[in-house]
Amino acid sequence: MNGFEPYNDPGFLAQAWQQLGVFWSFDDMNATWVLVGSLLLGMSASVIGAFAFLRKRSLLGDALAHAALPGVMMAFLLSGSRDAEIIFAGALVSSLLGFWLIDWLPKNTKIKPDAALAITLSFFFALGLMLLSYIQNTSLPDKSGLDKLLFGQAAAITSNDIDLLLYVTTLVLVTVVVFFQKFRLIAFNRVYAETLGVPVRFYEVVLAILIVLSVVVGLQLVGVVLMAAILLTPIAAARFWSHQLSHLLTLAALFGALSASLGAQISYVAPAMPTGPWIVVSLSLLFFISFIFAPRQGLIKRYLDDRALKQRVIQENILRTLYKLLERSHFQRNGFSLAEITELRSMSGTELRNRLAEMVRRGWVKQNRQQYALSEKGLLKAVKLTRRHRLWESYLSQHADMTSDQVHQQAERIEHILNREQEEQIVAELMEHFDPHGAPIPGLSDNQGHPS
Amino acid sequence: MSNQPPLKVDQLSIRYHHKPVLTDVSFEIPPGQTVAIVGPNGAGKSSLLKGIMNLTPAIQGKVQFYGRTLEEKRLTTAYVPQREEIDWDFPINVMDVVLMGRHGQLKFWQRPSRCDRQIAEQALKDLKMWDFRDRQIAQLSGGQQQRVFLARALAQQASLYLMDEPFAGVDVATEKTIIELFKQLKAKGNTVVCVHHDLNTVGEYFDHVILINARLIAAGPAHQVLTQANLNKTYGGRLSLLNDLTEQMYRSRLDNAHPGD
Repeated sequence: MNGFEPYNDPGFLAQAWQQLGVFWSFDDMNATWVLVGSLLLGMSASVIGAFAFLRKRSLLGDALAHAALPGVMMAFLLSGSRDAEIIFAGALVSSLLGFWLIDWLPKNTKIKPDAALAITLSFFFALGLMLLSYIQNTSLPDKSGLDKLLFGQAAAITSNDIDLLLYVTTLVLVTVVVFFQKFRLIAFNRVYAETLGVPVRFYEVVLAILIVLSVVVGLQLVGVVLMAAILLTPIAAARFWSHQLSHLLTLAALFGALSASLGAQISYVAPAMPTGPWIVVSLSLLFFISFIFAPRQGLIKRYLDDRALKQRVIQENILRTLYKLLERSHFQRNGFSLAEITELRSMSGTELRNRLAEMVRRGWVKQNRQQYALSEKGLLKAVKLTRRHRLWESYLSQHADMTSDQVHQQAERIEHILNREQEEQIVAELMEHFDPHGAPIPGLSDNQGHPS
Repeated sequence: MSNQPPLKVDQLSIRYHHKPVLTDVSFEIPPGQTVAIVGPNGAGKSSLLKGIMNLTPAIQGKVQFYGRTLEEKRLTTAYVPQREEIDWDFPINVMDVVLMGRHGQLKFWQRPSRCDRQIAEQALKDLKMWDFRDRQIAQLSGGQQQRVFLARALAQQASLYLMDEPFAGVDVATEKTIIELFKQLKAKGNTVVCVHHDLNTVGEYFDHVILINARLIAAGPAHQVLTQANLNKTYGGRLSLLNDLTEQMYRSRLDNAHPGD
């Protein structure tokens, strides 16, 4: 809370704490409605948005939300009322019209799907804004508040809105559970689903209607402009945590609900803070947290993996260098200075000393004053690596017609990833047992390459 | 099964915008054989398969499956799409992909039953992918991905299999497994139709060959069709006049204006 300068005095914090108590006591009816509404929307939108995301039709929700605006305005103009049902019906009709246009344009003209989406979005939004300006200039009663649909106004939510949200959320969740298998099939491989005789078109329309419904009930809460974030950010964040679709959907719903409750609380506690934008900001925070900290695909994990790999490669390179030195001395002398090592393998002195210290700890290298020698264990490892390096060099020069300079570059990398099976496969396909530079390929049994 | 051929294509023509892709292709496929559709890049091999499966709208022509329409014979026909057409990052594991093969038989709310699972298990075992059943598809090699697709088709328990380039970019082990699969399917009297790109192996892997290059060049038993003269015709450049005139015809919308069929 320290980040907010105006709210810094201790009186505010105490007051905020007290407000939070009121919020969670559910005494304030309006606050409770906002919370329940946001939770319902957060869950339904994130689950249905996930399918749009997986089908790579992410922007569809955004376009449909914008397409709802002229419908809302027309419904108000025609009926003169702002009942939740009437607004809902108007928005539904206009969104579906938008969906039909987005679908029709690419099939019947040369316009590509992304362009069709953008054109429809802007056209409907412009139409909505036009009607909105017109309404603002009339003397119709109840006209105030319509402009709030652009960015949402959660505080103005009514029990009718909650009822609608409840119906829609139930419908969305039940439909997704019932049709889960088919939705997944179509999202994964639409063409194949068609060849099975699955009525793909029917399921696509069902999906679209569910998206439209979620979007339309969300207008009062988060508004036209921010709706896309509620649909897409939860699944985008969930993607970092799991690979299984059922888990992903649950996680997305959880993220949606969590950020919804955060948004509702913050807007209640801090004065003049809007709910919708706070929901979106919380969602984005969840996304960034996932992106950075997720245990298997997060940024930190990837960084750590990269670093571990880098260190392993350096250590293996040093092992191989020590082996090469050993070979040069015809296995007469095991024990080399830092200078001798850096002569063959260029790297900074500190880096080399640090890695060597680690290798001593692992028991691969023995240190005797300023001399470093391969231990029994280190020698075995070094032989294995050298063998793989030279095997790969020979393989490339015999089978891929590469020159000896080219093969060295390649082998420097491949030696670290070759496994036992691949090694045997190479041996089976090789004819000679010297690498292209004329060095012998050491055998696997440790007596070869041992000081004799 | 009836005496009707598994697949009969009659004067099939496909275009992409105004470009003719395939013109007037007709052939018949005998039952219980492996059939290769062969031709150079851009010859319309995949389009032919898609046209047969009604995935690309044909401008004219008729396709019959055992003498019936596709709608009537959906369950006896399995299609294997090209591997590149799929997002392999999709969050799904191998078993669930193979179970998709059962969805032609399942009602809209149904989940795969124990019986469906057994069929999928057998399909995975036939393709030596059972050990990978819980793997995410993103973690598979190219050859393994292909085997998963074939297992999915096998799980459909069809009698006619249409495969788009099953041998493209696969490893030796997978190639052997596919050949083994072909033998199995043939032994059961099933028919396999493949788009194939490797001329060196056509004669070895397939009994029957269809040569195309924007039109049908030849169709028949492999040893009869794979002659130097036919191959020259298939790979020796297109009949540019035929192509140009067909395109001009499509552009002029003459086919709409012309009375008759």
